[in-house]
Amino acid sequence: MDLSFNAEERAFQDEVRGFIARNLTEEMKRATALTPSVFSDPDIGMAWQRALHKQGWGAPGWPVEYGGPDWTPAQRWIFETECARAGVPNVNVMGVKMVGPVIIGFGSPEQKNFYLPRILSGEDYWCQGYSEPGSGSDLSSLKTRAVRDGDDYIINGTKIWTTHAHHANRMFALVRTSDGPRQQDGISFILIDMKTPGITTRPILTIGGDHEVNQVFFDDVRVPVANRVGEEGKGWTYGKYLLEFERGAGIASAKLREGLKAIADLAESDLTGRAIDSPDIATRISEVEVDIDALEMTELRVLSALQTGQNPGAVSSILKLRNSEIRQAVTRLGADVIGHDALAVEPMRPLYKLNHEPVIPEEMLTVVPEYLNGRAYTIFGGTSEIQRDIIAKMMLGI
Amino acid sequence: MDLNLSDEQKLLRESAERFVAESYDAEHRRRMANDPLGFSPAVWKQFAELGWLALPLPEEFGGLGGGAVDIGILMEAFGRGLVSEPYVATIVLGAALIARCGTSEQKQASLPKVADGSLKLAFAHSERASRFDLAKVTTSANKTAQGWRLSGSKIAVLDGHAADEIIVSAHIHDHRGPSGRIGLFLVQATTSGLVISDYARLGGGRACNIELFDAHLPEDALLGDGSDALPAIEWAVDRAMAALGAEAVGIMQTLLETTLDYTKIRKQFGRPLSANQVIRHRLADMAMQVDEARSMALRAALKADSAPIERARAASGAKAKIGKCARFVGEQSIQLHGGMGVTEELEVGAYFKRLVAFDTLFGGSAHHYARHAELGRRAISA
Repeated sequence: MDLSFNAEERAFQDEVRGFIARNLTEEMKRATALTPSVFSDPDIGMAWQRALHKQGWGAPGWPVEYGGPDWTPAQRWIFETECARAGVPNVNVMGVKMVGPVIIGFGSPEQKNFYLPRILSGEDYWCQGYSEPGSGSDLSSLKTRAVRDGDDYIINGTKIWTTHAHHANRMFALVRTSDGPRQQDGISFILIDMKTPGITTRPILTIGGDHEVNQVFFDDVRVPVANRVGEEGKGWTYGKYLLEFERGAGIASAKLREGLKAIADLAESDLTGRAIDSPDIATRISEVEVDIDALEMTELRVLSALQTGQNPGAVSSILKLRNSEIRQAVTRLGADVIGHDALAVEPMRPLYKLNHEPVIPEEMLTVVPEYLNGRAYTIFGGTSEIQRDIIAKMMLGI
Repeated sequence: MDLNLSDEQKLLRESAERFVAESYDAEHRRRMANDPLGFSPAVWKQFAELGWLALPLPEEFGGLGGGAVDIGILMEAFGRGLVSEPYVATIVLGAALIARCGTSEQKQASLPKVADGSLKLAFAHSERASRFDLAKVTTSANKTAQGWRLSGSKIAVLDGHAADEIIVSAHIHDHRGPSGRIGLFLVQATTSGLVISDYARLGGGRACNIELFDAHLPEDALLGDGSDALPAIEWAVDRAMAALGAEAVGIMQTLLETTLDYTKIRKQFGRPLSANQVIRHRLADMAMQVDEARSMALRAALKADSAPIERARAASGAKAKIGKCARFVGEQSIQLHGGMGVTEELEVGAYFKRLVAFDTLFGGSAHHYARHAELGRRAISA
């Protein structure tokens, strides 16, 4: 057993660091640090995606035949860790990490040829049409319906919590094409051009003051049958496959560590009157750091199992749960560390393009919005309660 | 980067798990709980034959040169059976201190005997007034023409009653007075002036308090050259915490499995307890905390030979986190067993008590989060 990286892996680490140093501009870095929502805005995120694509690193998890870099799990770990350390923007994960793997796994040759290169290059920006107002945790009760009409489906219904629907030119959606004996039956996985007539988008502001999510309405929207991925009625299987990717991306600890470091730096600064000198704050920072250490070790254990072709089992729900809970602990700590400055929440967005002097130091601007928006971490991608159901069922057999 | 067990480590785990499953049943534990020695000399002999006593000792003194991860593999298996043999006292603390601090004569005199099972050790360090501060030692060792005279009191000495030699920490006083250095002294169990009051330790095994009334020791009782032993003590205790953390993981895993089985069998309101979501979620939380504890114990073992601050932060982080997980898993195991969980009729209580002992030993979670934070500040200013 060995925690350290071998010579090849260290050389790769240098390569990643070099790439980041050459491509990450100060502007991107500042914009990322001043983004209090889950995702970077496309102007920042897609600039980074283009740089990655130029390097051949546009989709780290994809097989090499579709443009993936053919990295080992350890290389992916190094890449994600270095990106987190440097504070690079988030790319459009709905494309690269979500719909991409589904198209690769279940799409037609035409779909692969058309969509995959556009995800890699950043030409397409994807959003996810899963949840509905009446279908949250009970996702398979969804009611948005696609009715066959010649070579088209006609779609009616609504999707909600659609991250970046207002930026996206494409959506992948689960829609009902028939009514089966079980509610999971009769769901299909469909790719929709967001410019199709009949689609309207309503912004939803989150409690941190950000516009990240939306409700999307479909009113007699015509989508070619050729845009269905895989078989009609099998969408639930593909959708679940994707959710496992969403939860089991598996490399979250590095970002958490950077988030905690930003809070610890504030706590050690005169800006907070050195909050760290309070023993309560100091031990709470340690408590969160130790939780991150534990998560990191679990991630590395999973990685080691993957390296040797073992199946890590139902651990992705544990990783999702702990990541979301620790992230909330980091943001809660942040709000406590900045003390009275937590009362001054800047309402303008984006925070990196303010045209006035904020009333609190720039380093504090994201702290309270992140705490407030961060309540969503234990809700999206399957609530903590659903994750516990999965752990009980898959790991404990009850 | 590779966290998979080697083939040798897999074999070690299999043999340890098999040994514990075959030799350590409820009846054996009950017998040991009422035994004045608290463990079985026959089992200790088997440990020697299986190579487990030699496992982490240096090869040039009859050992196998194993590391902290190997100790962790054994300890996790020991935890599953609540093994009460003095492994931590003799091997993880005692022999490690001799191997690190002793002269080659001292190592040659002790370590091969430890490996063959004929010499048991203990480490007497904690004092009532020092609480968990490893640097605070008031027991004194005065240099005399013939050797040393030791005076003072130690508490919570693991398995000191069974030790042939106890390693006692003491503040060295030479002819100029207090030296500011802590020394480690090999004290024979038969030394006059040494008084041992032993007791059955919470959760199994035994511990003792000892008094040294002007105990006369020979010149070569001092381990090594008399340089300050505090760094070695911190190193050994950090390693012991990693080992005990692995043991706690084994205990928690057994409690989780036992509790899971019980909730499937026990019926109320016409259905098994596990049919209730509130119970399933509790068990999911327990499973998650066992997994986190496993990660932390492994991490502490992997960093057991890192630079002092990194090693100590990993050990304190593990001790604090595993302690917190252990309390949760232990308390919830009792809760889900209902009234039966509070009785001596089931073994849940015995496993729980060993976890409470674990959390207490060398300082609980609050102490170790604070130490972790303090060491972090030292790392920054260094």
